Amino acid sequence: MRTPISYFLLVSALLFTIGTVGVLVRRNALIIFMSIELQLNAVNLALVAFSRQNGNLTGQVLAFFSMVVAAAEVVVGLAIIVSLYRKRRSADVDDASLLKG
Amino acid sequence: MADWIVFWIIAPISVVAAGAMILARNAVHAALLLIVNFFTLAVFFLILGSPFLFVVQIIVYAGAIMVLFLFVIMLLGVDQPVPLTEHIKGQRWLAALLGASLVVEVALAVRLGIGYSHGRLPDFTAVNRGGNVQALAKVLFNSYFFPFEVTSILLTVAAIGAMLHGRRNIAEEETVDTAVGETAT
Repeated sequence: MRTPISYFLLVSALLFTIGTVGVLVRRNALIIFMSIELQLNAVNLALVAFSRQNGNLTGQVLAFFSMVVAAAEVVVGLAIIVSLYRKRRSADVDDASLLKG
Repeated sequence: MADWIVFWIIAPISVVAAGAMILARNAVHAALLLIVNFFTLAVFFLILGSPFLFVVQIIVYAGAIMVLFLFVIMLLGVDQPVPLTEHIKGQRWLAALLGASLVVEVALAVRLGIGYSHGRLPDFTAVNRGGNVQALAKVLFNSYFFPFEVTSILLTVAAIGAMLHGRRNIAEEETVDTAVGETAT
């Protein structure tokens, strides 16, 4: 394999940053949620890259667990978004301002 | 050599798809671009010697999770306008600045940690002997069996939580009906 592992880590860092900027900038709850998925996937890439670097499979097992947690998180998060939409008739996070002082 | 070429084809696609995802006005376009990104990540997993995660990435992420996303987008309606005006002044510039500094920080950390040179990598065929799935199963069920069992509890709790959130409240339904003027089905 000729590609250095650090290149994969750099791609992972770029994807994680794009996800962070998406969470900070967007206001549609669904797109914020997709950005969080992007962040989780970027970290998965870093885990698998480190698994290759260290020559054992612990990183891949951890990435596998992180996929399970992401699936559970998506289910609960989308249910919250749907119930929020049912109350407010909008998926905009700025409309959910009940706790605003 | 092959992994070098594949990396330089896939990596730009991955980053461009992610960037277009956060800039997309339409939520459906964002979801499709995210699927492209998930496929590129699956190819990265294949290069890094993990065919099992390659398959799981496509089945679980690009298959199950994104179908769930598209289902909710369709449920909420795709034709609502998405205003891209910013509420807080300078929010975008601050976010871009923070993002750029995060990239620089991680790049420095990688430079200090493992460096950018072609270091000597351990032989991964020995690790994957007898197949990647079998080797993963050995690690998973020998060293990480308890966390594996705990994830089953997590999934059950998530299913119950989603059910409770999705349940309709009778009183709430009546107020919504009078407010919107729909007939109850």
